[in-house]
Amino acid sequence: METLARGFGEAVQLLLEFEPALLEIVGLTLQVTLIALAIALVLGIPIGAALGLARRIPGRSVLVPLIYTGMGLPPVVVGLFTYLLLSNQGPMGSLEWLFTPSGMIVAQTIIALPLVVGLTMAAVQAVDPDLPVQMRALGATRRQIALTTLVESRIGVTAAVVAAYGSIISEVGAVMLVGGNIEGETRVLTTAIVLETRKGNFALALALGIILLALAFITNFVFYRLQLRQGGP
Amino acid sequence: MTTTYRLSGVQHVYGERCVVDIAHLSILEGEILGIVGPSGAGKSTLLRLLNFLETPTIGHIEYRGSAYDGDVPLSVRREVTTVFQRPMLLRRSVSANIRIAQRIRGGASGDALIDQWLDRLGLADLTDAPIRTLSAGEAQRVALARALVVEPSVLLLDEPTGNLDPYNVGLIEHMVRSDTDRRGMTTVVVTHDPFQAKRLADRTALMISGRVVEIGETEQFFTDPKQPETRAFLRGDLVY
Repeated sequence: METLARGFGEAVQLLLEFEPALLEIVGLTLQVTLIALAIALVLGIPIGAALGLARRIPGRSVLVPLIYTGMGLPPVVVGLFTYLLLSNQGPMGSLEWLFTPSGMIVAQTIIALPLVVGLTMAAVQAVDPDLPVQMRALGATRRQIALTTLVESRIGVTAAVVAAYGSIISEVGAVMLVGGNIEGETRVLTTAIVLETRKGNFALALALGIILLALAFITNFVFYRLQLRQGGP
Repeated sequence: MTTTYRLSGVQHVYGERCVVDIAHLSILEGEILGIVGPSGAGKSTLLRLLNFLETPTIGHIEYRGSAYDGDVPLSVRREVTTVFQRPMLLRRSVSANIRIAQRIRGGASGDALIDQWLDRLGLADLTDAPIRTLSAGEAQRVALARALVVEPSVLLLDEPTGNLDPYNVGLIEHMVRSDTDRRGMTTVVVTHDPFQAKRLADRTALMISGRVVEIGETEQFFTDPKQPETRAFLRGDLVY
């Protein structure tokens, strides 16, 4: 209990002091997470919506179970896969992204993408199947029907965003392997927590953990307010 | 009187079941045609064919002199709309639900027009209300406003007042009648309730097992039906 209290106090102190090293870690955490999330959303929402709308596309019976499997991918396996992809001998080695934030973004995008696709697909499928018929009866084109259905599933799509964000901001295995936890370059909150715990700096590790939780809470609070405005629960 | 639809040898099959089998049917410009009949008679499927939501398996549907066997041009599709028994509204406000019809058809978002329709249908106080807060009758009136705000040439109504109270039934029937008369719109109303057809329709048809058993002027249909099935249906016998 004493360690917890000390950790909380230290977190507040660190934040109030605007410790540059801490701010850098927080900044990089947000940068990597938000860029990976943005890429996953740009790719994943249209794919998920297409899969949700078009129930008869070829290969769907294989694709959907693959996506469901991807939703539960162990981050450390994704890290290993991305490491091999980006290593000198790997197919993307020429990019020299290993042990850089770009490599971490690749790994986190791979983790987030199946979540966004799968949950968007489920959200679109949950929309009343009579809605497209009504839209067509109003004279809507296929594109208008798809867009209206996607907007109608916005609460579920927001849940997809929340799930993807939560999974990558708290992820440690992949960013540790691909980023290497290099101080001032690829150290993010989760890898810093692991490091400080190993060094026995439990109070600092807790402080970093509290900051991580606060970041997750603030973002999820914003998403929840958005859901409420959309008529959600 | 010119015809809006002319159906010739239309059959529509689901699996091995022929749900619509109409040798000939003309729907006249500016009329309200009531279609009555038991459940499973093919009434709703007929409306789907008239709204170009499905293409008949066999036969032709001529719309205003042109037959469309494949893709129906968007401009033609947009002359027709349907109000279904379940209003199928979006999880947005009342006004947003009406505005979507204008947006779909690329029309200007005329708030004044929306307000006018909300007022006509007794929904003026509910402009910004979320759809989930509406009663069944209010929701169906929103669906009707959404259909009428784009001023369709053809309005198809599929059990529009099923399960509604007399107040809402009266309001909806009045609005359908007045807009049909005002704009010369062609209206087809499918209903379980023969009395609704009697109140609303210029002509009434009875459908049983996909076939139009009898069609005629509403007064004649109810007072002097020609077919034994029609007499039985109007007596309240079980016909199917």
